Amino acid sequence: MQIEVGQDIPTFERMSGFHAWNRFAAVNDEFVPIHMDDDAGRRAGNPGAFGMGNLQFAYLHAALRQWIGDDGQILEVACQFRAPNLRGLTTITRGRIVALRDQGRETVVDLEVWTETEEGTVMAPGSATVMVPKSVSEGWAVEDLNL
Amino acid sequence: MRALVGRTFGSRRRSVPISLSDIRKWAIAIYYPEVPPRLFWDEEYAATTSHGGVVTPEEFNPFAWFTAEGPVMAPTWEGPIRDSGPESAFGVRSPDTTFILNGGIEVSYGVRMKPGDVITSSETTLLDYQERQSRLGLMLITRTEATWTNQNDQTVKVIRAIGIRY
Repeated sequence: MQIEVGQDIPTFERMSGFHAWNRFAAVNDEFVPIHMDDDAGRRAGNPGAFGMGNLQFAYLHAALRQWIGDDGQILEVACQFRAPNLRGLTTITRGRIVALRDQGRETVVDLEVWTETEEGTVMAPGSATVMVPKSVSEGWAVEDLNL
Repeated sequence: MRALVGRTFGSRRRSVPISLSDIRKWAIAIYYPEVPPRLFWDEEYAATTSHGGVVTPEEFNPFAWFTAEGPVMAPTWEGPIRDSGPESAFGVRSPDTTFILNGGIEVSYGVRMKPGDVITSSETTLLDYQERQSRLGLMLITRTEATWTNQNDQTVKVIRAIGIRY
């Protein structure tokens, strides 16, 4: 095993704004004023419109998928939405390995996952568990982790 | 309201068969402006993977827009949100709140969804209530749980949702 507890997985980064939120609204039928209208966002106590929690949840999955590959399996993902995902910021999705377990032909990995702004404000902290075939995980090298 | 904890509400929902086109659009929305992984749109490539074909991203929602019962007409989200919580299903008056937010999600995954699958969502179970003070005032936090299964009665996911009203 060439990965260790404490290592970070590659980030998944996306600019936040209507170009992303409108696309997600279109596929998830999530046309809610706080995600479309600055006045509605302000009435809800935020600086303006903000992105969907479900989209940040999807970004957490995208970060995990780009790391474990097509043959990996996401077992669990959880997060809370603590800060608004505002227009113009870059949403950076991160993950850090907190535990590794051998399970037959597979490796089970527990991670701390979260989204944050470029300034480091955490928006959606959470956790995840993934399972990866050993044929894949034993090929991971530290340099592949984009540290 | 606390007497409602542990009870189920709502009705089962059944999706229309998942289409390849819906999977492709979902993947593009998530990965834009980059091209999404081929597993979600390239049938020839996907057939070479352990999945044997295209699958959905895990977070895919097959209940958006349309279900087996017909069009899903989303609320306009205008005006007061009274009775937007689970209480109305039991004839219990909801507390006065103005806003509702997605507070968080916890999902355990089973088998993957793929084109042609028909997904059923169970009734929803009310897990618990919490109150919390925040910068936006006193918040009512409600946790619920539902299970999705496919046409073979295999569990697709168990979803615990955290709703915040204030």
